Amino acid sequence: MQPFTSIADLGRGLARGDYSARELAAFYLERIAAANDDLNAFIRVTEERALGAAEAADRSIARGEGGPLTGIPLAHKDIFCTDGVATTCASRMLAGFVPPYDATVVARLAAAGTVCLGKTNMDEFAMGSSNETSWFGPARNPWDRGRAPGGSSGGSAAAVGAGLVPCATGTDTGGSIRQPAAFCGVTGLKPTYGRVSRYGMIAFASSLDQGGAFGRSVEDVETVLGAMEGHDPLDSTSAERGPTRRSGGRNGAERMRIGLPSEYWTGLPGDLGGCLLAAAQELEQAGHALVSLSLPHTDAAVPAYYVIAGAEASANLSRYDGVRFGLRAEDPTDLDDLYRRSRAAGFGTEVKRRILTGTYTLSVGYYDAYYLKAQRVRRRIQQDFLEAFDDVDAIAAPVAPGPAFELGAVDDPVAMYRQDVFTTPASLAGLPAMSMPCGLVDGLPVGLQLIGPPFEEGRLLNLGSEFQQRTDWHLRHPET
Amino acid sequence: MDRKTLDRLTRLSQLQLSAEEERLVLDDLGHIVALIDEMRAVDTEGVEPLAHPLDMDQPLRDDAVTEAVDRARFLAVAPLTRDGLYLVPRVVE
Repeated sequence: MQPFTSIADLGRGLARGDYSARELAAFYLERIAAANDDLNAFIRVTEERALGAAEAADRSIARGEGGPLTGIPLAHKDIFCTDGVATTCASRMLAGFVPPYDATVVARLAAAGTVCLGKTNMDEFAMGSSNETSWFGPARNPWDRGRAPGGSSGGSAAAVGAGLVPCATGTDTGGSIRQPAAFCGVTGLKPTYGRVSRYGMIAFASSLDQGGAFGRSVEDVETVLGAMEGHDPLDSTSAERGPTRRSGGRNGAERMRIGLPSEYWTGLPGDLGGCLLAAAQELEQAGHALVSLSLPHTDAAVPAYYVIAGAEASANLSRYDGVRFGLRAEDPTDLDDLYRRSRAAGFGTEVKRRILTGTYTLSVGYYDAYYLKAQRVRRRIQQDFLEAFDDVDAIAAPVAPGPAFELGAVDDPVAMYRQDVFTTPASLAGLPAMSMPCGLVDGLPVGLQLIGPPFEEGRLLNLGSEFQQRTDWHLRHPET
Repeated sequence: MDRKTLDRLTRLSQLQLSAEEERLVLDDLGHIVALIDEMRAVDTEGVEPLAHPLDMDQPLRDDAVTEAVDRARFLAVAPLTRDGLYLVPRVVE
């Protein structure tokens, strides 16, 4: 068995009987056991459950009932509720919280026959771009243990990047799938807002949060998305759309027009800019046209994002009160004391900063100037994209301003927030966006971002797959 | 951002900050406010606020019973309960 095998090849191996799903799960569990002390990609490994699920998958396969994901090992970001398995969102607040139900994403992927190996590390409540705000300590980048895996879904990206699991779930609020995918050299897709149910996905910023997938290739991500997407009666913001299908450009055109927004492409460091341009030119050589365009409100995305995400977080995280679940302070003198001390002890500093920022922008006297203003800027940003998509089929852009940075190197919150400059615009507009490996800078992977119109994931998958047929960046992996 | 504002926000948020945290956060919030102030440069005259990225009606499901509430199971995750109720410090004397 080879750890960096595609889902399709693993499926063929299972169907041929080269190995059983149990053997496959045991193989990856052994890799996790050997590497996790070092990588800290998993918060929790659920070995017994995994082997049970694998045996059930073997029985399905023996009956000839297997699908493309039957028996395929996967990991869930610890933001997804798992019935009977502790779910912490990497926060002390939820240490020991065992949900009495499964998130829809978890239930659907289990129904598809996947074998969950455990829960992956992340920034606390998904608030961070480096995995360093985790109560359990940061996951580490498999390409260089001294560097961040990115965040917030850093554990999922590191686990797939290190070959500890073939695929994993993640969530993306302002870049939390795309940036770690780029840092760890894997493919990651944030679907259109509404494509994937948020039921049982612990809320951070409800108008931005979206579940998605990590894999070693576009095909792998597509397979996982196929099992997790679709309308869910339990999430009224999940869209009633048909399944994602590969598609061409506008009017079905095979040759697409790909926009390169000047706001994203000017001022990139030379090595990174060179890698990204070569990747865009690869798409040009495949027959697509590259077109310069402008998305004039790009610079306002990070400020608007941190207003909206903070405001929504301050409301969402008010549920952590020490009464119904989560951490509770000892010997409270009264109810306010119980709330305050439980929340003071349960939340880390970054979470407190975001709640305070959100409380500030929502408070009397500031609401119009900050919260409403940010929502108006948000519409400007969305309009920029929608106007661009009148002329182009997709947009190609960087994912992050550089490759993975060293752990501890970005210690100022505003500098960390600015890391999200290329990912927050698509988040605010609710658009599908994908990151795929497109080169190495100083021996570290970097990613190309493809952004599409709402519900045009199929177009991004098509372009991405074409890119990966012509290049081998997605096949590179760190030495193991 | 001054100490008085921070005290008010901390109270509104039902949080507490240690002296060390307070010093750090006061400084950070000043920088964060300077960051978010950058968006004020955008001309948004006549632009409707966008609260939600999807331009769609939220579908409502039928108001029908789909599952039974298992009270004991849901209460099991609470830190302190008695007789099927959540326990909190005395609120009414």
